[in-house]
Amino acid sequence: MARSKELVPSIGRLSRSQVYARRGLYKGLKKSEKAPASDVAPVKEKPVGGAKNGEKRLIPTAKAPRFYPAEDVHQPKKSRKSPKLTKLRPSITPGTVLILLAGRFRGKRVVFLKQLSSGLLLVTGPFKINGVPLRRVSQAYVLATSTKVDLGDFKVDEKINDAYFAKPKSKGKQSAEEEFFSEGKPKEKEAFPESKSADQKAVDSAIIAAVKKTENLSKYLKASWGLSKGQFPHQLVF
Amino acid sequence: MPPSNFKRFVEVGRVVLIKDGPLAGRIAVIAEIIDHNRAIIDGPTTDVPRQAFPYRHLTLTNFKLTKLPRAAGTGAIRKQVEAEGIVEKWNKSSWAQKRAAVQKRRSLTDFERFTVMLAKKARADRVRKAVKAAKA
Repeated sequence: MARSKELVPSIGRLSRSQVYARRGLYKGLKKSEKAPASDVAPVKEKPVGGAKNGEKRLIPTAKAPRFYPAEDVHQPKKSRKSPKLTKLRPSITPGTVLILLAGRFRGKRVVFLKQLSSGLLLVTGPFKINGVPLRRVSQAYVLATSTKVDLGDFKVDEKINDAYFAKPKSKGKQSAEEEFFSEGKPKEKEAFPESKSADQKAVDSAIIAAVKKTENLSKYLKASWGLSKGQFPHQLVF
Repeated sequence: MPPSNFKRFVEVGRVVLIKDGPLAGRIAVIAEIIDHNRAIIDGPTTDVPRQAFPYRHLTLTNFKLTKLPRAAGTGAIRKQVEAEGIVEKWNKSSWAQKRAAVQKRRSLTDFERFTVMLAKKARADRVRKAVKAAKA
């Protein structure tokens, strides 16, 4: 907000009228509309069993708290700030070849597809070339090269988003006996879902077609990256 | 006096290579000698403005403009440079070509380094096969 800088406590640089002009109060204060009160009835009816009980009780929809602090506690103000999407480095555009620096696929060169709403980057090997599936990767653990694959108008299916990568809800915990007996035996793995392989193939077919157009690019994506003797990252051009 | 071992002299018309600073890597011509530390250099065709320059940041090359009078202006130097084709001679020299190769190698991207590696392997392979065929 256009406050005036404090020169000395309680003396600002700008006068009262200057602050008024700075804040544009001649336009009038903004009146925000309060959201209309929700239409939930304060009291709910619930059926009750047992004869001669009156069959219904009126229960308040919002329960009173079970505990009140002895003295009034100061409630912190609610923050009105919301986080912005992680800034994508300008060197990373759809089709850029990235080098993964950490994780299971460290050293692999992969193709960048798009940035998801969580800020993570969606990449793919392509799977047929180097075994990296559709995967989310953090921008901090990635080297962007200047090599780009021309994806043209190819857009990744909207259904591949952060929710797509969520882990499926695990089955209920085994009882102690079952766990004892099954210790040592390999845990049952669920077969890889068909739909995910189909998604992978759909995305990769377009990318592999584009990769084949450049000579040696598929060999490049197949090979791993590493530093050799005498190579220093700050002296290399990627 | 015993014959001098020096071949390249700081003199009017000597072509110099600038070693340090924003103009590093460019060649210019010595137009005038100021004192034992500095000279006025000028490179009208190589984007070097006429200026005083310390010898510390210069390297003398083999090339010399023969018909340059002392304290020649930029225009005269440009005419001489174009007449004698000094810049082309410099670019053809192995010194300049080695410098260009080193600069290229340092600016290779990751993909280019990979293709160079494949090319080296292919060449080594052909050499090995040729040697084997020659031995047989």
